[in-house]
Amino acid sequence: MSDIKIKITDRDGVLHEVDAPTDMNMNLMEVVRSYELAPEGTIGICGGMAMCASCQCYVKSEHQLPEKSDDEEAMLAEAFFVEDNSRLGCQIHMTDDLDGLEVQLAPEEA
Amino acid sequence: MIKTDILIIGAGPTGLFTVFEAGLLQLKCHLIDALPQPGGQCAEIYPKKPIYDIPGFPEVLAGELVDNLMEQIKPFQPGFTLGERAERIEKLEDGSFLVTTNKGTKHNAPIIAIAGGLGSFEPRKPMLDNLFKFEDKGVAYMIKEPEVYRDKKVLIAGGGDSALDWSIFLADVASEVTLVHRRNEFRGALDSVEKVQQLKNQGKINLITPAEVIDLQGGEKLEKIIVRKTDNSEEIDLDVDNFIPLFGLSPKLGPISDWGLEIEKNAIKVDNTLDYQTNIPGIYAIGDVNTYPGKLKLILCGFHEATLMCQSAYQRIFPDKKYVMKYTTVGGVTGFDGSKKEAPKAVVKSIE
Repeated sequence: MSDIKIKITDRDGVLHEVDAPTDMNMNLMEVVRSYELAPEGTIGICGGMAMCASCQCYVKSEHQLPEKSDDEEAMLAEAFFVEDNSRLGCQIHMTDDLDGLEVQLAPEEA
Repeated sequence: MIKTDILIIGAGPTGLFTVFEAGLLQLKCHLIDALPQPGGQCAEIYPKKPIYDIPGFPEVLAGELVDNLMEQIKPFQPGFTLGERAERIEKLEDGSFLVTTNKGTKHNAPIIAIAGGLGSFEPRKPMLDNLFKFEDKGVAYMIKEPEVYRDKKVLIAGGGDSALDWSIFLADVASEVTLVHRRNEFRGALDSVEKVQQLKNQGKINLITPAEVIDLQGGEKLEKIIVRKTDNSEEIDLDVDNFIPLFGLSPKLGPISDWGLEIEKNAIKVDNTLDYQTNIPGIYAIGDVNTYPGKLKLILCGFHEATLMCQSAYQRIFPDKKYVMKYTTVGGVTGFDGSKKEAPKAVVKSIE
């Protein structure tokens, strides 16, 4: 069992500091869901296939993240509210070097 | 008016399998789905992706699973109302329900099974101030009648298959086709990307990338679109008749949320100790659309829920009948189309 600390600002601007396990094959979208930081049905709609942008978040810290896959790039190209630091949470897997990661959830699409 | 025993809202895997389980009980089904084809998410979002947790299938493509389910339920002759969204529900004096779609199609059944998944898929709309003002006055989110665009100046936005395919198609119909995408790269079938490249080189498609539409202008109807290049912020004014943003679909629970059903976490609460019935007797919710303690949004769970739900529906329709579950291996499958499938009979014959 090994946990890392992650700071997540939810869609209402509230900061949450949560423990995320690195040994359970979890991604950031699933961490957000497991702590219910965004209502069910508004995040992770496609189930983590990079086929919707409901888990879009802005990466605030300087962590070195894995490169975006073609699918993630393409989805972010069609999503709304996209910034340079936008990522899809479902494509960010929890690993030890992400300890201290800071992210903010993007607004929900209308 | 369409009359049936079980009206299923949502033609995804759970809704389709309901037809089979209902059919074994000699109950007829009709399905409504907002998408133009059956299969729900499996057909619309990820037909080419594999699923590994369907019992008995080590690996099956989502699209194949839908094809198989359609084959499996064929003997039970389900009816379909496709491309329409269930909008309103009324309870009639005889206790049955009347469901009307957004196009006014009426359906009557004593049992409603909501198998709506994440909801009905609606086009994702870009955030532009005048967008709603020009809806049906030049702005459309899907192309129903391509002829509408004959000799018109059309601007399509988006970077996926539908943006590519419609740009190609309309290049021969419209007087001008402009394709705007936020990136230089497109996500689509290789053929389509190459074809767009070719049409661009021939001057038949005006391609503007990387760019986005930032403003819509006009009087009674859409007349002009302002496009901004995202690399150098140059703004381009284009005279257009039609704007078709194609940014894919996103699911919305939609009108079902106003049917008086108990909703929790964007899902419909059901009784999981018994039959997946909602707070309104006669209306069930099965598959991804429902919630109960320990709920898992898995196709295989939807199949189980559909099966139990059909037993309960049978008892509601025939309160006086006793039903004993029969294995298909023993009883075979008798379709409403007269077809009969059954295990081959063993032959009793002496060998001389």
